[in-house]
Amino acid sequence: MTKSKIGIVIEREYLERVKKKSFIFTTLLMPVLMLVLMALPAMLVMFVDKSETTVLVVDNSGKVADKLTDSDEVKFITSAGVTVDSALRNEDVGAVLVIPGNVYDSKRPTLKLYTNGPSSIMTEGVITGQVNKIVEDERLKHYDIANLDKILSEVESDVVLSTMRNDSEEEEEALSSGLSYGIGIAMSFILYMFLLIYGQMVMTSIIEEKGNRVLEVVVTSVKPMQLMMGKIIGVALVAVTQMVLWGALLAVMSAWVLPAIMPAEAMADVAAVQAGNFDGVSDTESLELIQAVASLTQVGNILSLVGLMTLFLVFGFLIYSSIFAAVGSAVDNIQDASQLTSFAVFPIIFGLIFAMVAAADPMGPVAFWASIFPLTSPMVMVARIPFGIPSWEIWLSLGLLVLGFIAMVWLAGKIYRVGIFMYGKKPSIKEVVRWIRYK
Amino acid sequence: MDILQVNNVSKAYSGHLALDDVSLNVPEGKIYGLLGPNGAGKTTLIRIINHITAPDSGEVLFDGHRMTQEDVEHIGYLPEERGLYKKMKVGEQAVFFARLKGLSKAEATRELRKWFEKFDILSWWDRKVEELSKGMAQKVQFIVTVLHRPKLLIFDEPFSGFDPINANLLKEEILKLREEGSTVIFSTHNMNSVEEICDHITLINNSRNILSGDVEELRRRFFADRYDLTFTGDPRGLMERLQPLAGEFKMLDPDGRGRNRLSLHVNGGGSDEALRNVISVANDTVALAGFSESIASMNDIFIRAVEEDSAERVSE
Repeated sequence: MTKSKIGIVIEREYLERVKKKSFIFTTLLMPVLMLVLMALPAMLVMFVDKSETTVLVVDNSGKVADKLTDSDEVKFITSAGVTVDSALRNEDVGAVLVIPGNVYDSKRPTLKLYTNGPSSIMTEGVITGQVNKIVEDERLKHYDIANLDKILSEVESDVVLSTMRNDSEEEEEALSSGLSYGIGIAMSFILYMFLLIYGQMVMTSIIEEKGNRVLEVVVTSVKPMQLMMGKIIGVALVAVTQMVLWGALLAVMSAWVLPAIMPAEAMADVAAVQAGNFDGVSDTESLELIQAVASLTQVGNILSLVGLMTLFLVFGFLIYSSIFAAVGSAVDNIQDASQLTSFAVFPIIFGLIFAMVAAADPMGPVAFWASIFPLTSPMVMVARIPFGIPSWEIWLSLGLLVLGFIAMVWLAGKIYRVGIFMYGKKPSIKEVVRWIRYK
Repeated sequence: MDILQVNNVSKAYSGHLALDDVSLNVPEGKIYGLLGPNGAGKTTLIRIINHITAPDSGEVLFDGHRMTQEDVEHIGYLPEERGLYKKMKVGEQAVFFARLKGLSKAEATRELRKWFEKFDILSWWDRKVEELSKGMAQKVQFIVTVLHRPKLLIFDEPFSGFDPINANLLKEEILKLREEGSTVIFSTHNMNSVEEICDHITLINNSRNILSGDVEELRRRFFADRYDLTFTGDPRGLMERLQPLAGEFKMLDPDGRGRNRLSLHVNGGGSDEALRNVISVANDTVALAGFSESIASMNDIFIRAVEEDSAERVSE
């Protein structure tokens, strides 16, 4: 009987939110939007760098200018007997480069670049890079070594690091720490946002119910505790729905869309990494990218990560939303809530900070304890999971999280059942503590 | 048979005593007025009856047994502060509340359609609550309260916010519900509506039950041995002549035909002889048109009882 009443409340809370246009909109469009946001800088760079800068070189040493080569971004021209001022007056010249006479002798020769308007880092990089190379080559020549070019090309080294996880059940799975770091931080950040947004959703909705007095009517049929739990569970289901939909969208996109847009030879390497017989990169792509694509296109990987993340999301949400629920019940309006919400908001923020620490040093003591402690554990644990930590730690953390949630709900329920009937003055923390002891 | 018995209920909130040893019995099939100034403790009592809060001491019996959560399903409560989910559609919302009271979805929809038709609001079914006027929302709320045919109905200021036409419609529905066997507890400080529809009342002041009883009886008892005279003639002369027989004279507003009205207390315990003497003296002095027992208005009773109670407490 009472159980089905919670069900009715959950149903209402869930449907009310899921049926909203804004929910459908954000759920479907958010991943697309994120992709666009990620792709945008690259696209912008492509557009910006279309323009090439003409640099007029005034070479006082007389040995550099003719060795400079034009690139996509920079075109070098030389012109004898012009002053900097007159050259700059020429519309076609973007900058004037003055190379000092002592460029081969000085330890740190200073080049001067006069520009019309701001200079780009690209241009500056090209200039210093080329001049350095020219000067180095010239200096090496003084040593008169035979076959210098050949020796140099043999000496040149480009180390790549390919990390293979030894403790993992699937041995061929290879996650570099860089990739784990990225995934870990991303997951704890998503969790952080979910906890804050959905937690506050519970709070505002309770304040609203209290404000328009619906609560007075509802509690005549449902016990306050059931109402609170119904709301928390209903909203949690909304969060899970969104998470699962995003996970599914991500899986679809990375498993099928990503291979389609990647070059074929890169995908061959990806397949090699997945099969475990990958023996080194061909020089065209970076290993990082191959590994990232390799793990992203393994649907199983994504699902297990999303699955664990969902577990931590659910229990993390339950614990935090009970704090938010208690706060919401104690106040009359959002303004009054700000001080009390710090009880929920601070631990969430600390969780994210600890998650950053944990991602940098996943096996350190800070990472361990912060991922065990129920309030910070959701964010910190998901940051550590991609690094492959012992499963007992995950289950211990989850277990404590569940216990913490039960304790918190009990406490929140005590505050809630009194708070929802208190109107007017904002209660002090002392008063709230007293409510807990009411019969 | 009393459907509801409240026995020695007390409740304190952080040092403030909201209810102090309150007892009352609500007879089945009657309309019971729960009166009292604002802040007297009515709402706390209603919440205890609704099982929303627990009393510190005392007990509540429903239908003869100690009240449980299941009994709450047989109560319909219309709080003074009406509230509905603003963003929800009217029909969906009504079904939601009905299901919380134990009706199935199909049952709830069927019953609701009947009521909506009766109140001529079926066209609102798919509209959002925020689009309704206050009075419209009140109607919806009333329907939600009575839909599951509760044995006990509790209305807190049900007429506030209604225009006279709809207030009348509501009053008729309440009386009809009583005929169909429901018991109604009616919490208000609008005394006119109490006189019109309540059978019994309890007056709560400063957390205590200071007056309980049958409305008619209370009104008579309150003005024991007081009578009203309607006449044409000189009131002063009449008062002088009546001096040995009666006292506590008080001129009332003239009646519709411009005749004087005098209220007085008859000495001698209101015996037939004393009454006859007063009538004959009055007949000799003025043109007497009427003689009747005074009946206190609930307003008089309310004010007097609260004042006396407050005075008592000061002297305590």
